[in-house]
Amino acid sequence: MFVARSIAADHKDLIHDVSYDFHGRRMATCSSDQSVKVWDKTESGEWHCTASWKTHSGSVWRVTWAHPEFGQVLASCSFDRTAAVWEEIVGESNDKQRGQSHWIKRTTLVDSRTSVTDVKFAPKHMGLMLTTCSADGVVRIYEAPDVMNLSQWSLQHEISCKLSCSCISWNPSSSRAHPPMIAVGSDDSSVTYTGKVQIYEYSENTRKYAKAETLVTVTDPVHDVAFAPNLGRSFHVLAIATKDVRIFKLIPLRKEISSSTGPTKFEVQIVAQFDNHNSQVWRVSWNITSTLLASSGDDGCVRLWKANYMDNWKCTGILKGDGSPGNGSSGQPGALGTAGGTLAAASQNSLNGTSVGR
Amino acid sequence: MGEVDVDPIITLIPGIDSGQRHLGFAWGPGDLLTYETQYKSQGTCLHLRHSRTQHPCFAWFTYYHCLFSHYASLPFVLIGAGSVGQACPFVHVVRKDEDIYSPILRKLFNESHYIFVGLQRIKEEVPSKNKKPQFISISKNYRSVIRACMEELQQAAVSTHDTTLATQYGNQVSILLAVELIWNLCEVLFIEAAPAGALLRHLLDWVRLHKADVDEKAQEVLQSESPVQHQAYWDVVVCYVLQGRMEEAAQMLMKQASQQPAARAAYKLMDTLLTKMPVYSPGGTQTQTEFDVRWRQWHQECNRCLEDGSFASYSQLELICRILVGDEDTLLAQRERLSTWYHFLVTRLLYCHPIVKPTELHYYAQASMDMFLDARSGPEPLDSILLAAFEFDIHQVIKDCSIALNNWWFVAHLTDLLDHCKLLQSHNLHFGSNLREFLLLEYASGLFTHHSLWQLAVDYFDHCPEFGRVYLELQIERVPLDTEHKAVKVLRICEQRQMAEQVRSICKIMAKKALRNSRLGSALSWSIRAKDAAFATLISERFLQEYCSHGTFSDLDLIDNLGSAMLLSDRLTFLGKYREFHKLYGEKRFAEGARLLLSLMTAKIAPRNFWMTLLTDALPLLEQKQVIFSAEQTYELMRCLEELTADKAAQDADRPLQEDDIEATKVELLRLALARNLALAIVKEGTIEV
Repeated sequence: MFVARSIAADHKDLIHDVSYDFHGRRMATCSSDQSVKVWDKTESGEWHCTASWKTHSGSVWRVTWAHPEFGQVLASCSFDRTAAVWEEIVGESNDKQRGQSHWIKRTTLVDSRTSVTDVKFAPKHMGLMLTTCSADGVVRIYEAPDVMNLSQWSLQHEISCKLSCSCISWNPSSSRAHPPMIAVGSDDSSVTYTGKVQIYEYSENTRKYAKAETLVTVTDPVHDVAFAPNLGRSFHVLAIATKDVRIFKLIPLRKEISSSTGPTKFEVQIVAQFDNHNSQVWRVSWNITSTLLASSGDDGCVRLWKANYMDNWKCTGILKGDGSPGNGSSGQPGALGTAGGTLAAASQNSLNGTSVGR
Repeated sequence: MGEVDVDPIITLIPGIDSGQRHLGFAWGPGDLLTYETQYKSQGTCLHLRHSRTQHPCFAWFTYYHCLFSHYASLPFVLIGAGSVGQACPFVHVVRKDEDIYSPILRKLFNESHYIFVGLQRIKEEVPSKNKKPQFISISKNYRSVIRACMEELQQAAVSTHDTTLATQYGNQVSILLAVELIWNLCEVLFIEAAPAGALLRHLLDWVRLHKADVDEKAQEVLQSESPVQHQAYWDVVVCYVLQGRMEEAAQMLMKQASQQPAARAAYKLMDTLLTKMPVYSPGGTQTQTEFDVRWRQWHQECNRCLEDGSFASYSQLELICRILVGDEDTLLAQRERLSTWYHFLVTRLLYCHPIVKPTELHYYAQASMDMFLDARSGPEPLDSILLAAFEFDIHQVIKDCSIALNNWWFVAHLTDLLDHCKLLQSHNLHFGSNLREFLLLEYASGLFTHHSLWQLAVDYFDHCPEFGRVYLELQIERVPLDTEHKAVKVLRICEQRQMAEQVRSICKIMAKKALRNSRLGSALSWSIRAKDAAFATLISERFLQEYCSHGTFSDLDLIDNLGSAMLLSDRLTFLGKYREFHKLYGEKRFAEGARLLLSLMTAKIAPRNFWMTLLTDALPLLEQKQVIFSAEQTYELMRCLEELTADKAAQDADRPLQEDDIEATKVELLRLALARNLALAIVKEGTIEV
C-alpha cells in the first residue's frame, strides 16, 4: 500500500469523519469547525472541493451519503443535538462554471436532547430511512415517505437503549429471511458489567423494533459497530470496536413454531479478537466485499484484518503516521520493493495460517 | 523449511504523528482514505457536563472548547485555545495495488483473461481425462504472456529517462522473472509430471531458459576478433558444460584446439567425452536400465581420464572433467557461474543422478540448497517457494507465493490451472476448490477497482461457483455510471445474469440523475427500464406540466414509441394516449381523435386536474364545420364538464373567484360550443336516419 495522493482538506479544526459516496467518486468531510465539505473526483483522479458550508452549531461527528437511487443526499449529526439532511440541487450555470454546487438543508431532526453521536441511512431496500443515536440512549428511525420530497421526515420508531449510545450499524442483508436489524453500541462508562452492544430486530407483527440480543461479553465501552455485507450467508458478521477489535458471528436459531412472534434468537460466536491497538479501538469498517476489516485505535494506527479461506483472521497491514507532526506536505513515495518478497501487498498475507490444515 | 516472512506491511502516512493523534479512515471502492483526528468518547459528555466544576477535564475542553458558544465564557476554554487550530491539513488517499495502473501490466491482465476463459471452457467441452497436453499448452501460453510483458517492461526501462520510473519497471521485471521461474518449475513438476529420466531433461530446459546470459556472453565471444583470446572464453565453455550443453561446449573447444596443435590430443579426448555423454530420450527405444549402464561406463571413463592425468597440464580441461564426474567441491567452486542453488542442483543431478525420480527430488533439492547457500544469509522467499515445489508441496507454493508477491494475478491463475489438473483435490481434499475460488475472488476484486479492467473481472466471478455471484453483485453496483454508455454496459452485464435488483437500481440511479439534470426523456426511459411506476408517474407529470406551460412535448420519439411500456403507470398511459390524440389531430383524423379524447376522461385515464385541458382540446373539434362528436359523445362531454365544475365549486366555495375569471370564460365557451355541436349533431343524425 502506498499514499497515492494527499488532499489539503482545509478544515479549520479536527476532521471527525470522512465518507465516500456509493460509487467512490465523491466524498464528504466533517469537522469540529461545524462545516461539511463535499469533494468531487476528476477524471484524472484529483479531488476538488465543490461545496463547503456551515452545517451545525457544534462539532459535526459524522457525515454519510444516501444511496444514489435517492439522489445526492447527505446526512450529518452533531454535538448541537441535531441531525440534518442535505440535498444537492443543480445550481445556476455560473455556479457550475466555478465548479461549485449547492446543498440545501431539507430537514433538521431535533428530537434528541443530547449530542447526536451517529447517523446512518438504512439499507436501500427498506426505503429512504435515516437512523440516529444519541448520548441520551435513544435510537431514532425516521422515514421520508415521499422520496421526492426530502423535507418531510416522520419519526417512525424510538428505541430506548437505556445506555448512552455511541454508534449504530444496519444489517445490510436484503434477504427475505432476515428482518431489518440494527446493532447499537454504547460507550457508557458509568455502567459496568452490562453488555454494550444490543441487537434490535423489526417485527412485521408488532411493527416495532424489539431487542433480539445483547452481546453480554462486551462490557467495556463500545465506540463503533459494523455489520459485514451478508454475501448470501445465513448468519451475520459484526465487527466491534471496544478495548480491542472483535468479530462476532450471529447465527439465527431456528424459530420454534410456538414463539414465532418473538424476535430471532441468535447463537453468538466470537470469531476473532485482537488487542494490537493496545488500548481503545475507535472505528471499525468493512470493505465492499467484507474481505478486509479496518480498525483505528489508540496506537494511532489503522490496522487491516483479513481472513484466509479457512476463516483465520490476521493483521495484514498497518497504516501509521510517519511521526512528523503538523505539516503533511511531504512527498508520497510509492512503496514498491523487489522480487524478494519485501513488497507483499498488505492485503495479501491472508494465506498465512493455512498450515493448520496441512 | 523456513516460512517466508508474514509480518503485516507498514505504510507510513506523511505528516501525522501517531503518538499524538489518531488516524481516521474511510473505505473507498479501490482505496482507503486516512486523516488525522482525535477520538473521544462522546457519550461521556453528559457526565462530564454535570461534573465539570469538580473535575475539570483539560483534554476534554481543548477538544470541545470551540464547539459551542455557551462554553466560551469558561476559563478552561482559554487554556486550551493554544492547541486548537491544530486542524487536520490533509486527507490521504492510500491505494492498495498499483500494478493494475501500469499500462504494460494491463496487457498481462487482458491477455491472461482470454487464456483463463479458454481454460474454463476446456472443462466443459472435453470430458475425457486426457487433457494433459491442453493443460501444458495453456500453461505455456500463460508463461509466454509473462515473457512478452517482461520484454516490454525491459524495453520501457531502458528507453525511459525518468529514473524512478526505470527503477519501477526494473522491479516489475524482477517480479515477473521470479513469477515465470516458479510457474515454469510448477509446469515441469506438477503439470508435465515427467517420470525419471525425462524429468531431468525438463529441469535442464528450465535452468537454461532462466540462465540465458550464457548465450549473450557466447555471442560476444564469437563476434570478437579472436574468440579464443577473449577473456570470457573459458567462462562460456564452462557455463555450457554446467548446463549440459555438450555440443555447444565441444564446438567452442574446437576453436581452442585448432590454435594449440600441441594440445590436440587432450582436446580430442575432451571432445569425445563431451559428445559421447549418453542422453536419455524418453520416447526412444532405450530402457532406463540400458541407459544407466551406458551412463556408468561414460562416467567411469571420465574418472579414468582424471586419474591417469590426461588433462593434468590443462587446468581448464581438467576443471571440465571434474565437472563431468560431478565432483561436489568443483561444482561448489563454480558458485559464481551457477549463481543459484537450483542451477547447482540441476547440474549435480545431471552429472551424478541423471535418472532421478520425482520423489527423490526434494532430498537433493534440500541438500543442494544447504550446500550452496551461505549459512548466514539463509533462504530468500523465492528459495523457499522453489524448494516447496521440489517437495511437491503445491499448497505451500501457493501460500508462499501469495505472501511474497505483490499481486494475486500469479497465484490466482496458477491455482486455477492446477485445480483444473485435479492436483489440488488429491492434495488437499477438503478445501481444494475453495482455495481456487478464494484466490480468484481476490484477484477479480482487485481488477474491479480499475476503471476499465473491471470488465475482465466479471468473467472471473462467473467462474466462482460459491461466492462469485454475490461478489459481482456487490462490486458491479459500485461501478461509477459516468455516462449513459457505461450505464448500458453495466446494465447488460446484470441483465445477462438476471440480477434483477442491480438492474432496477442502476436504472433508478440513472433516472434520478437524468431528472436532476432536467433530461426528462432520458429519465423516463430509465424509469421504464427500472419498472419504477412511481417514478414514471412523476416524470409523466413533468411532461404534462411542460406541455401545459409550453404547449409542446419534448422527446416525442420516446413518447410515440412507448408501446406496452405505457402500461407501467396510469399517468404514463395517459401521457402516451394524450400524445396519440395530438398525433391523430395533427393528421386530421378528427373522429378517431375525438373518440380517444373522450375515452381518456370517461375511462378515468386522465387525471381530474387535466380534464379542463382535455375539454379545451375538444373546442377546436367542436368548432369544425363537419360534426365530429356525435350527440351521444357530446352528452358525455357535457357530463364531464359538469362533473368538473361541480367539483370545482365544492372546492372553491370559500375562495375568491377573481382568478377563476379566465376559467369561467373557458367554461362558458365550452358550454356554448357543446350546445351548438349537440344541435348540429342531433340534426345530422336525424337527417341520416331518415
